[in-house]
Amino acid sequence: MVLQAIAFWVFAIITVASAAMVVVSRNPVYSVLFLILAFFNAAALFVLIGAEFVAMILIIVYVGAVAVLFLFVVMMLDINLAEIRQGFLDYLPIGAAIGFVLLAEILFALGVWGGASGTVQILSNAGAHVGTVENTRAIGRVLYTQYFYLFQVAGLVLLVAMIGAIVLTLRTRPGIRRQRVREQLFRSKEQTISIVKVPTRGGV
Amino acid sequence: MLSIGLGHYLSVAAVLFTFGVLGIFLNRKNVIVILMCVELMLLAVNINLVAFSVFQGNVVGQVFAMLVLTVAAAEAAIGLAILVVYFRNRGTIAVEDINEMKG
Amino acid sequence: MDLAIKLIVLLPLLAAAIAGLFCRVIGDRPAQIVTCAALLIAAALSILVFVHIGFGPEEGKLIAVRLFTWIGSGNLDVSWSLRVDTLTAVMLIVVTGVSSMVHVYSVGYMADDPSIPRFMSYLSLFTFFMLMLVTADNLVQLFFGWEGVGLASYLLIGFWYDRPSANAAAIKAFVVNRVGDFGFALGIFAVWMLSGSVGFNDIFAKAPQIAAMRIHFLGADLPALETACVLLFVGAMGKSAQLGLHTWLPDAMEGPTPVSALIHAATMVTAGVFMVCRLSPLFELAPVASQVVTLIGAATAFFAATIGLTQFDIKRVVAYSTCSQLGYMFFAAGVGAYSAAMFHLMTHAFFKALLFLGSGSVIHCLHHEQDMRKMGGVKEKAPQTFILMWIGTLALAGIGVPFIMGHGVGFAGFHSKDAILEAAFGADSVVGDIAYWLGIAGAFMTAFYSARLMFMTFYGRYRGDHHTWDHAHESPPVILIPLYVLGAGAVLSGVVAYGWFVGGDWEHFWGQSIAVKSTEHILHAMHEVPAWGKVLPLVMALGGLAMSYVFYVVRPDLPAKTAAMFRPLYALSYNKWYFDELYDAVFVQPALAIGRVFWKKGDGAMIDGLGPDGIAARSQDIGGVLSRFQSGYLYQYAFVMLLGVAAIITYFVVVVR
Repeated sequence: MVLQAIAFWVFAIITVASAAMVVVSRNPVYSVLFLILAFFNAAALFVLIGAEFVAMILIIVYVGAVAVLFLFVVMMLDINLAEIRQGFLDYLPIGAAIGFVLLAEILFALGVWGGASGTVQILSNAGAHVGTVENTRAIGRVLYTQYFYLFQVAGLVLLVAMIGAIVLTLRTRPGIRRQRVREQLFRSKEQTISIVKVPTRGGV
Repeated sequence: MLSIGLGHYLSVAAVLFTFGVLGIFLNRKNVIVILMCVELMLLAVNINLVAFSVFQGNVVGQVFAMLVLTVAAAEAAIGLAILVVYFRNRGTIAVEDINEMKG
Repeated sequence: MDLAIKLIVLLPLLAAAIAGLFCRVIGDRPAQIVTCAALLIAAALSILVFVHIGFGPEEGKLIAVRLFTWIGSGNLDVSWSLRVDTLTAVMLIVVTGVSSMVHVYSVGYMADDPSIPRFMSYLSLFTFFMLMLVTADNLVQLFFGWEGVGLASYLLIGFWYDRPSANAAAIKAFVVNRVGDFGFALGIFAVWMLSGSVGFNDIFAKAPQIAAMRIHFLGADLPALETACVLLFVGAMGKSAQLGLHTWLPDAMEGPTPVSALIHAATMVTAGVFMVCRLSPLFELAPVASQVVTLIGAATAFFAATIGLTQFDIKRVVAYSTCSQLGYMFFAAGVGAYSAAMFHLMTHAFFKALLFLGSGSVIHCLHHEQDMRKMGGVKEKAPQTFILMWIGTLALAGIGVPFIMGHGVGFAGFHSKDAILEAAFGADSVVGDIAYWLGIAGAFMTAFYSARLMFMTFYGRYRGDHHTWDHAHESPPVILIPLYVLGAGAVLSGVVAYGWFVGGDWEHFWGQSIAVKSTEHILHAMHEVPAWGKVLPLVMALGGLAMSYVFYVVRPDLPAKTAAMFRPLYALSYNKWYFDELYDAVFVQPALAIGRVFWKKGDGAMIDGLGPDGIAARSQDIGGVLSRFQSGYLYQYAFVMLLGVAAIITYFVVVVR
């Protein structure tokens, strides 16, 4: 119990801190790395409450694919670091104020700070695990049966995103040689070979 | 403090969400940070979903969290593709220059 | 006879419509033929009607041809009907006769004008309105004709609409007439209120009752009939250019000369005199109003003659002469000699139209030169015009031989003008005597300036451009024939018509068409005028002619010297007694200033500022402010969204507890 609590607090604090650092970092590469850290810790939090499949998926997909993609782009773009920090501090006061207000309200709505509703207590008491099946199997049982349609649609979304990304960034460069297979296959002798009578010591 | 309940997870998610929002409008010079803040917000939502799912004993929340993950990945890919093309045409990713759609 | 009357009135309208609406289809010459033919037929029919009514049996003296009802609303019952009695018959002769001559004349005079059909159509339209006016059986129909001739006058003065001076003159004529029409309308309203009807028969029948009534207006207790008659006379002042509302007549000379002859000499301006004579049963019972008429008429006669002494534009001289002669007609009507007024109206129509058309012939001959200082010696080039103009001048001056063959023999003006002056003398009242002496002075001046016109134009050496002189020639027959016809009228109408109008036959001739009692009284008084009173006008006229001969033929240096000696009087006369300047300062400039204030401040600043312009400017301001929300910056959009989320959550957390 205590271990759980300590683990929770450690992971939670690191997550929050690294999220803050994502926003505040001077170097965009640092921001991406902090984002990766935040993802990792969030995955650890998931593992703590027993949703290990989601945690692993988080690491594989988010960290392994999305964050790496971010890293690729950051490094590919030639970003001028010097201009980046201007204007940040001007809006910090009002931004912090609004953010504080928002956070306070969300927390207040959740009833953490002396909220009167006991819904959360009921829910947390009712909490427990999902029977004796491990998380992966439990998700599989539902995903491929009841929510199969959504699963397929998710696949379509990814397909469209992939095609979209390719179409957006595709550019035709001049001077690229491509294979035109059909023309190659249907090339005739006349197009390729020409017989020339070459005089002695004449050259072509 | 010691007994971690639903509320703690939800509050973590709330703080992450707030940081994400703050990041969007405090950031002036880098579009990539904006995209990362969107990912942070989606992460906060995922934490919410999974926390509720676990504490209610219903696995639907986790299924939905995976779908959110999928869409987030797709969106990140497209967003970055747009960013790359924008950078190709403009040479800069300063947020202050991206106001062509003003009224 | 009914058919003849309807044809007389409607043929000009038909001709005007054909020439005006179908001018492109039928062309110039057919338009001229149609209008001239219509008018000549109408003139012939008018002679027929005149003979029938004037010399026919007693019962036929009044014909009323009812056409159809116009307004039938409650107590007001107005119908279109044509009333023809002797007064009308005289006017029919005058109007159709002069109009038909002017139509024929215009064929020659306006031959090079680009818009001939329009001109002929307007002339015929004017004739129609004038005929409606004189054949009206009620005040409203008379007003219709009244307004219609005002409209036609506007159209014709501004005929050459590309000249700004012509446009301004047309507007001036219309507006000054409007002032008179306002008084006229008030008079009509008063008569209707007092008598309950607008038909002449009803009004005349109720006249004695009305004479005893009184009107309360603005706290004052006024005699009803006097007030109504004064108001009606204000209308006549406007239409007939009497003192005060006369400023439009000289400027109306901007129109073509046939227009001046027809409208501003013979017919439209005499509508006022006609109206007073038509309403003579009312004026007879309103002595104060009649005195007002007399005084204003006499003042105008004198005043206009003084101005005519110094003008250099040939048409202006004749215009002021018209104004002056109208004054004579009015003061005759004022002292009760309505038949004398009508007599002078008829003779004046002939010789004034002759003088105008003759001036037009001179102008045409000298290629549109109107300034007399650039004329001279024209009698060699245009001898027939010269003779005809002398006939007109002698008729206007009133030259004749008195006492032979009863009441004398002479040109037309001799008979009619002397009749008027005798009537004024015989009225034996203060205003009558004032009128007589002003009229005598006016007679002298009339003769002087008329002869001055002749001497400056036809005698002496030519003072103008040699090129024009070489091309000058006598006018073609189509111009000269109307002049001859009018000249015949100017010579003969006085002698022939004297008996019918003011002589022994007057009762049989006039019937009931004008006020009988006062006419009888005044005509008797006329016979009792002493011999010197009858001869004095002639003496004055001859004296004027002689003096003019001296000034302009014998000693041509005298005019300049006299002008230098009496410089202020000369300036007063030459500048038309500064009436135009006075009106400009008193009425026109303040009106313009008020208009400007209302335009700039009221309409511009207030209504537009609070209305369209103000709203548009505010919309633009607000739009400018609002457009800053659409900056294109994602982070600003996100910020606003965040604010919105915070607000909503605050609402739900705090308010909806």
